[in-house]
Amino acid sequence: MLGKTANGLFWMSRYLERAENTSRLIETGQRIALTRLGDDAREWASILQTTGAYPAFMAAHEEVTKEAAINWMLRDRGNPSSIRGCIEAARQNARLVRTAITGEAWEAINAAYMGACKSLSRKVTERDLPEVLQRIRQGTALVRGMILGTMMRNEIFDFLRIGTFLERADFTARIVDVKYYVLLPSVSAVGTTIDNVHWESILRAVSGRGGFRMEYGAGGGPREIVHFLVLDRRMPRSLAFCATKMEDNLRYLDPEGRTASLRMVRDLKTRYLSHDVSAIFDYGLHEFIQSVLSALGDVAAQIEGDFRFYE
Amino acid sequence: MSETEIFDEMWGRDGCLREPYRAFHAWFEGEDPKRLRAKQREAEELFRLTGITFNVYGKAEAEERLIPFDIIPRIISGPEWARLSRGIEQRVRAINAFLHDIYHKQEIVKAGRIPEEMIRRNDAFLPHMIGVEPPGGVYTHIVGIDLVRTGPGEFYVLEDNARTPSGVSYMLENRETMLRMFPELFSRIRVRPVQTYPFELRRSLAASAPGCAAGDPVVAVLTPGIYNSAYFEHAFLADQMGVELVEGHDLRVVDGRVAMRTTRGYKPIDVLYRRVDDDFLDPLNFNPESTLGVPGIMDVYRAGGITIANAPGTGIADDKAIYSYMPEIVEFYTGERPLLQNVQTWRCSEPDALAHVLDNLGDLVVKEVHGSGGYGMLIGPTASRKEIAAFRRKLRARPGNYIAQPTLSLSTVPVFTRAGLVPRHVDLRPFVLVSPGSINVTPGGLTRVALKKGSLVVNSSQGGGTKDTWVLED
Repeated sequence: MLGKTANGLFWMSRYLERAENTSRLIETGQRIALTRLGDDAREWASILQTTGAYPAFMAAHEEVTKEAAINWMLRDRGNPSSIRGCIEAARQNARLVRTAITGEAWEAINAAYMGACKSLSRKVTERDLPEVLQRIRQGTALVRGMILGTMMRNEIFDFLRIGTFLERADFTARIVDVKYYVLLPSVSAVGTTIDNVHWESILRAVSGRGGFRMEYGAGGGPREIVHFLVLDRRMPRSLAFCATKMEDNLRYLDPEGRTASLRMVRDLKTRYLSHDVSAIFDYGLHEFIQSVLSALGDVAAQIEGDFRFYE
Repeated sequence: MSETEIFDEMWGRDGCLREPYRAFHAWFEGEDPKRLRAKQREAEELFRLTGITFNVYGKAEAEERLIPFDIIPRIISGPEWARLSRGIEQRVRAINAFLHDIYHKQEIVKAGRIPEEMIRRNDAFLPHMIGVEPPGGVYTHIVGIDLVRTGPGEFYVLEDNARTPSGVSYMLENRETMLRMFPELFSRIRVRPVQTYPFELRRSLAASAPGCAAGDPVVAVLTPGIYNSAYFEHAFLADQMGVELVEGHDLRVVDGRVAMRTTRGYKPIDVLYRRVDDDFLDPLNFNPESTLGVPGIMDVYRAGGITIANAPGTGIADDKAIYSYMPEIVEFYTGERPLLQNVQTWRCSEPDALAHVLDNLGDLVVKEVHGSGGYGMLIGPTASRKEIAAFRRKLRARPGNYIAQPTLSLSTVPVFTRAGLVPRHVDLRPFVLVSPGSINVTPGGLTRVALKKGSLVVNSSQGGGTKDTWVLED
């Protein structure tokens, strides 16, 4: 396969996953805001911080408002990682690798793109927001379904999967960190209603509420939730799950284990994902997440080099 | 020529339904126009979803446009096609022999059939190709011959596209769309299939591989990239053939071969179906500014390390000034009378011809020798006095840059509109594959249709549409 194609596949699935995750994040923000327990502006600011887009947002706006924050993440042209930007970039990459993916997968991406163009062509009202977000996720889910249902399990598939799980791990790490930003000033809030609402929202953002309740019943606090989102290998959006998938697909690409990227993912798993949850809290949750994020970034850069994406 | 002389391919000149359209017309009469209108919209949706769009240059946001598709097929009978395809084959054979000759001994010049300066002074003549033997002796692996029709048996060649003819993806997708929308039509009427084209293309390219190719030759399609107006077609063909779609920056000369950068290192390519113009192919040998090509590919080519399809320098054969010599070219190399007619052409470089053209501008079509896409041309009968005056000045300033032809009364085929069937002018581009010892004309082609009433311009960049083209199995 061409290095360029591997690059296109990797980024196509990253952008799709990012679009989906951003829609989850907006939903989470909206839910936190609607509980009217906190300060709107501060919460949206922390949501923006989660995506890493806060500085760019503030460069373009005087203050954080709900409308501006939502618009920024949904469709603002100033934000290349907006949902609109991601879906456009995913389709652009799909065009680039058109020969590698099946016609069905391509048509699903194109349909997701046409749908997004339509629903994001103008500002989305609060009333329409839930439906718009849902339709975007349906669009990306259809693409994933087509990929799973029609594509050969070969290196093309491996690059798609690696992109998906790298992006997903990145998002899950960031969403766990939302808690850090939202609650930063008031450690006293631990265990309060606000605290519970926040954790609940975070679980929802990764579709993990049902799974968590199945596991822990009515119990389970921050410790269990962090365990669930970081270390539980059955939870399809947990860091451990995503890292294992990345390792699997990298190993298929490189059965002899010669690449540095495979070694780095294995390292990441040993170093961060094989301990007890209490070790994470001892280390400091925020510091832990920041270390994982930076390790994920290094893996991505190494994959580019190992598989000749550019050179 | 007056309106009444126009030949309609469904209704002839006298309004009598022509034989090839009989079965289709019977089906059409039984259809509810409302259902057909819905189908027409459905076709558009289908095209959008599959992404059969072309990019429009010069827009801030790369706009993707659909080429309008008309659901009424253009139908050609078996015997009509048999005659046509013999003529096409003859012409393509002559073109390849001509190219070989002018890049080697130039017998045709020595025989005095073509003036030497027509070759030597021609911008499309590529000195780098002198003495080069392309693998298998094939110059034009893919040719698209533009034909127009003026009567039941009268076909004229308008242009020989011997560089990188485009549009074949529309031929294939138009058929695919018709099959999806009207399966019942195809069980009633036996239409010759075109769908094997990508397979034939790959077979044909592989058969033209250089001697150094080992085993199953590695074929790749070279595209200028995602912003090129025909990018969809490049991706489509690579996909359908099951080969890699590459850009210049994926390629590099490694150990005397052109190789593509894969996830596991560089892999040599045997046959490169390039959709990049000669000028951009090799910055070391041609345009040094080009980022679309591969530095050094011409040296590899000359050493026999790769097949480039079509070969560099084939543009000399579809040049509009050379076009006027095509009847001589066909006769010279095949020893036969040309089966397809050329349109009478005045070369404005010749003083007598120029005088005639200047006197008759209002009746003629004047084209730039190197122009394409329907740009830079004058259609006398529909031009304003001002436009004619402007062209007169251009002609006097650079006569050698122009040729002129009579305005042909192109045939029409009905298109489906809200007001029912209305006649619109069409042309036809059949596609031809050439490999060592074999010339293969796909039964069908791309029918382009001018959607504006009375218009003769069928180019998609200027509001033309397309139709499925049927060759009947009889």
